[in-house]
This record gives sequence, C-alpha cells and structure tokens, in this order.
Amino acid sequence: MSVLADTMAGRRGAGAHRPLLAVLHEWVVTVDHKRLGVMYVVSGLAFLLVAGLEASTMRLQLVWSGLHVVPPGTFNRLFTMHGTTMVFLVGIPIVFGFANYLVPLMIGARDLAFPRLNAFGFWAFLFGGLLLHFSFVGGEGLYGGGSAPDVGWFAYAPLTGRAFSPGNSTDYWNLSILVMGFGTVATSINLIVTTLAMRCPGMTLGRLPVYVWMMLVVSGMTVIALPPLSAAQIMLLLDRFLGAHFFDTQAGGSAVMWQHFFWFFGHPEVYILMVPGFAFVSEIIPVFSRKVIFGYPMVVAASMAIGLLSMSVWAHHMFAVGMGSPLNAAFAASTMLIAVPTGIKIFNWVATMYGGRIRFATPMLFACAFLFQFLCAGLTGIMLAVVPFNWQVTDTYFVVAHFHYVLVGGLVFTIFGAIYYWFPKVTGRLLSERLGRWHFWLFVVGFNVTFLPMHWLGMIGMPRRIYTYPADRGWEFWNVVASLGVLFQAAAILVFLVNVVLALRRGERAGDDPWDAWTLEWATASPPPPYNFETVPVVGSRRPLWDLKHPDDPDGPHE
Amino acid sequence: MSSRGRVGMICLIIAEASLFAVFVVAYLYYLGKSLNGPFPREVLSVPILGTVCLLSSSVTVMIGARALGRGAVGRSGAWLFATFLLGAVFLTLTGAEWSRLIAREGLTIGTNLFGTTFYALVGLHASHVIVGLVMLALITVFAWSRALGPANAERVELVSWYWHFVDGVWIVVFTVVYVVGR
Repeated sequence: MSVLADTMAGRRGAGAHRPLLAVLHEWVVTVDHKRLGVMYVVSGLAFLLVAGLEASTMRLQLVWSGLHVVPPGTFNRLFTMHGTTMVFLVGIPIVFGFANYLVPLMIGARDLAFPRLNAFGFWAFLFGGLLLHFSFVGGEGLYGGGSAPDVGWFAYAPLTGRAFSPGNSTDYWNLSILVMGFGTVATSINLIVTTLAMRCPGMTLGRLPVYVWMMLVVSGMTVIALPPLSAAQIMLLLDRFLGAHFFDTQAGGSAVMWQHFFWFFGHPEVYILMVPGFAFVSEIIPVFSRKVIFGYPMVVAASMAIGLLSMSVWAHHMFAVGMGSPLNAAFAASTMLIAVPTGIKIFNWVATMYGGRIRFATPMLFACAFLFQFLCAGLTGIMLAVVPFNWQVTDTYFVVAHFHYVLVGGLVFTIFGAIYYWFPKVTGRLLSERLGRWHFWLFVVGFNVTFLPMHWLGMIGMPRRIYTYPADRGWEFWNVVASLGVLFQAAAILVFLVNVVLALRRGERAGDDPWDAWTLEWATASPPPPYNFETVPVVGSRRPLWDLKHPDDPDGPHE
Repeated sequence: MSSRGRVGMICLIIAEASLFAVFVVAYLYYLGKSLNGPFPREVLSVPILGTVCLLSSSVTVMIGARALGRGAVGRSGAWLFATFLLGAVFLTLTGAEWSRLIAREGLTIGTNLFGTTFYALVGLHASHVIVGLVMLALITVFAWSRALGPANAERVELVSWYWHFVDGVWIVVFTVVYVVGR
C-alpha cells in the first residue's frame, strides 16, 4: 500500500502558459489516452448540440397540425441526421471516450495497449462525423439541407437504391459510418487488449472495477456486432456504385436482408450504448451510498449475459415485415429473456442503495433518475416484445417514446452523471452543485414532459417520421406538451454549459479524491499527469483506495 | 499476463470473421435466386491448384516463423518468401479465373445475384490475401536484410496467425462457393 501512498503524494506543477498554436499542435498529434478521451467526449457533446437543434426544429414543426416550418424533404433529412448523429456521433464517442480516459487509470496502466491505434480511432470518428455533416453544405448548399441523408438512421432498402435515392446523400451516410465503424472496432480491440494484458500487480479479473468489466463486455460486443454493419454497408456501396444486386428486389435481391444485417448490428448497438450507462451508475451509486456494490459477481455475470443475449434479439425490430410465427415467437422470447439480466442489475443497484448513507450529489441524482426512467424504458420494451402489441404500435410514437426513454432517460442521464462525477478528475475543478441541481431538475422535467406524452400519441395512432398531421386526430394537445418540454431541456443544457465554463474559469479546486471514492483513478492527481501513476500501483482488493484509507480494515478478507 | 500482440490479433481475427460471416450468409441466402444466367454450375470450375498453394502456404509460414524463433534468420526469410510466392500464385489464379469469367462468360458483379455475391465474397477474401502478401513481402525483406531477429519472432508469428486466418476463410469460401454452391 505504501506504493499507492507514494502515488497519491506524487505531484507535478501545472504547466506554464504556452502559445495557442503549440497547445493545439500538442492536442492534434497526441496519442495520450486521457487527451483522446477528452477530445472524444468534447466532440460528442458538440454533436449533441447539433442533434439537439435538429430535434428542436422537428418539435417546432410538429407543435401544431398543418405547420410549414420546414419543407417535407428537409424534415426527412432532419430526423435522419438526428438519429444518425445521436447514435454514432454522440453515444459511441462519449462512451468510448470515457472508457479511453478511465480504463487505463482504473487498472493502473500508463496508457491503452496501442496508443497510435487509439489516435487513429478518434480521428476516424471525427472525420467520419465531419464528412456526414459536410453533406449539409455539399450538393445543393445549405438551403433545404443540401444533400444530407434522408433515408432514416437505419437506411432501409430499397429506399437506399440508386433509383429511389439519386445523388450522394445516401453515400454520405454510408461512407461516414463505414469510416467511423473501423475506428470504433479499433478502439474496442484496444480496450480489450488493455484490460486483458496491462493490469497492474494485484488487479486480478475478480478485482476489476465493475466499470472496466462492463466496458470489456461492450468492447467484445462491438468487435462482434459492428463488422456486420460494415459488411452490409460494403454491400450497399457495391449496389450503388458497381450495380450489384444485394438489396435490389427487381433483380431477385432482398430488402429484408438489409434489415437483418442492419439489426444484427443495431440491437447489440443498443446494449453497446446502454451497458456503459450501467457501468457509470455501477461506479456512482456505491460511492454515494457509501457501500460496496451489491452482488459484484452477479452484476458482472448479468453484463455478460446481456452481451451474449443481445446477439439473439435483433429481429424484434422486424415483427411487422412478416417473418412468420415461429421466428416472431423465438425473437419475442429472446427479447423477454434479456429483460432478466437487466432486471437483476436494477435489483443490484437498489440493493446497493438499501441501508446506505446516501448522499444526493448531482451524479447520484442523475443515477437515481436513470433507475426510474430506464425501468420505464424496460417495461415498454417488454410491451413491444409482445408481437400483437408490436404490430399495433409499429412505427408509431410509442416506439419513439420507448427508445428515447432508453437512450436519453437511460444513457444521456448517466452520461451527465458521469460528467459531474469525473469532471473534477479530468479538470481538477468541481462543477457547481447548485447549477448541477438546476441542470438536473430542468432536464428531468423537460425530458419527461417531452417523451412521456409520446407514449399516448403512439397509442392513439400517430406514426413516427411524419412531417405534419391533420387537425382532426386529437394529436395536437400532446404534441404541444411534448414541444414545451424541449424548452426545459434546452434550458437544462444551457445551465450545464454555463456550469462547465464557470467551473473551468473559477471552479472550486477538487483535490485528488473529492467524492471519497475507491477506485484507482482517484489515487493520482487531478488532472492526472501524462504518466498517470508515478509508481506502478499494487492493489489488494476491489476497492484499493478504501484499503489505503482504512489500513486497519482492508477489503480483501471480506470479498 | 497475456501478450498485447496476441490478444490484439485474436480480437482482429474475431472482428474479421464476423465481417466474413455476413458475406457468407449472403452468399448462401442468395444461392439459386439469380433471375438469369450464367449460373455457378455452368461457369465455375474447382480451383484445385490455387487451393493447394494457399493451404500449403500455411505450413511454410509456420516453418518460417519457427525458424526465426530459433535464430535461423536467413532460412526464415526463405520460408517466408516461399509463402509469399504460394500466395501470389493463388492470387494470380484468382485473377485468371475472374478474367475468364468476365471476358469469356460475361459474368460481372451486375449480371445477376450469383455475380454479385461471388465477386463480393471472393473479392473480400482476395483483398485480405493482398494485405497478407504485403506483410509477407515486408517481413521477407526485413529477414534477408537481417533487420529481424529472434526478438521479433512473436510479431512474425502474429503475421502467420493472420495468414492462417486467411487460409481458414478460404476453406469456408471454397466449401460455400465451389462445393455447396455449384
């Protein structure tokens, strides 16, 4: 333990002021996992603002029947770009950015296994994202959205064929995501290798922080599930540029095959995004409940079960295409089955809080809201797994409500929790708790006001992806409510940005370990020096910092 | 603790296998769904020579990697070069097959679903052969210029793993395209 104490005592003074160009140059050529992690998260947040603007424009268009805020074609581009951006340019970079930053620190390593490959992954993502957004100004220019893709984020065939999607809008979608996919697979491989081959002495697999375990599962899922998307996109490229017939129904090709290939990636992708959310709360809830995580082996095993089962549920996105009863039944059953390990985790988190000395700091607030909202998302998910109900609400706002409860109420909330939790480590400054509370409550209210009514809208038949609707359907009231929620969400994001700027300029100094936490990243300075740890740490339990702070009662014997 | 290179190469091979799996599934699914000819039975002949070359190159690359581990750098280079040659013969034969199919049989990627899936699957494999040949050529040159030593044996072994994978994929492609699909 004295080694760890030395590490905690190790300090370097803050860097002197350097010219801006030199600083920029350092960031561009860096292969340091912490800088790349920060760049991932910051670019992800920038794309979050873009996607939020697109969504807000859609809510403005839909606030009342018969409006013409944007032309119908532009509306198609908006929902396509919103979905694509949120999944590939916000979700993936932020969760992998955090993993970049945290995994080496948590396992006591100096960097990821392949730092240059890591830089490649980041730049592939960033330039892929820029290529996608260049489509707004490419082609016919900015008005009407240029040649931004308009085929929906899952780009179903045959709409993506040359005949129905002339020009290059679909190619922007295809190529940018293909490029990002290579980068994401590279980063996943990097994370797996780092976790398996670079742990510090004493950091056995049984002592890995739950976060690292879950990111290992996520990386494994990515390595298996993302290449099929790349394969399907290569096929689409061949179809569009060389006249191949994979998805060309007129030459005997199959549009349904695209759906299978896409969702074979697409459903694991949901868990690739959600399990990191689980990973964040699995670190946050124990620290703010002052208890070890309840049932560590079960949490890890449940994550692995989710990873495996997630490969077997993809066609529940396709109940409406007419696969026949045996397949429908099989995929309904596997979908309900995956609710079991997910439910196990919810019990684990609640049991961790039970009897704990709970402190409702901002990260904990976000984690608690996640528990409720993700539970709602899971329940509507089980409803959607029931095939007849699914037929009734296919392609309605019920589905939109469901997956926004998953990805916003689940993922985005945990991302904000994680930002409030690890911001002090990354910057050395604490975010303001007062503004954090404003951010949290505005966002909880805004999120639920926007997306809860969409459940009713879907039940009474409002289809998704329509640009406007007739006045006599009774849809106006809940659409007004949903759009009002956007104001609260926008205010919440504004408060968050103000909080970040203020914290960076004159935030309270965080110190090494502001939350009295237990994992290794809190053992080094805030921000950590480039080499992470002055001496290689040696750990003896799942909570190395607990052992350090309580040498009389180390964790090891209790595990 | 396990070596970074080995774990990384295993992960890469898993990802690549996943990529190939989709193309294989597509090939099998679209089998017999072409609306017009030419059909596989009419135009495909079993590439025995190429297959023998590629499969035996797995043996030569293994001998080459092991020789390097024992310090026999020159002999290692010779075996790696033999691997390169065998792979190059395979690629040339594939090229000849494609040229015959395109020029004589009139089968292109746009002719029918058979052409679409055939050129996509075999082409994806051939592109991996090309990548492997580039790596083999490099390590051959490095071995003969004595830039390699026993210290690099693990890296050369990783190249051989990749090459084994390319061979393994060919066994699947061969079975699917020339046995099941013909």
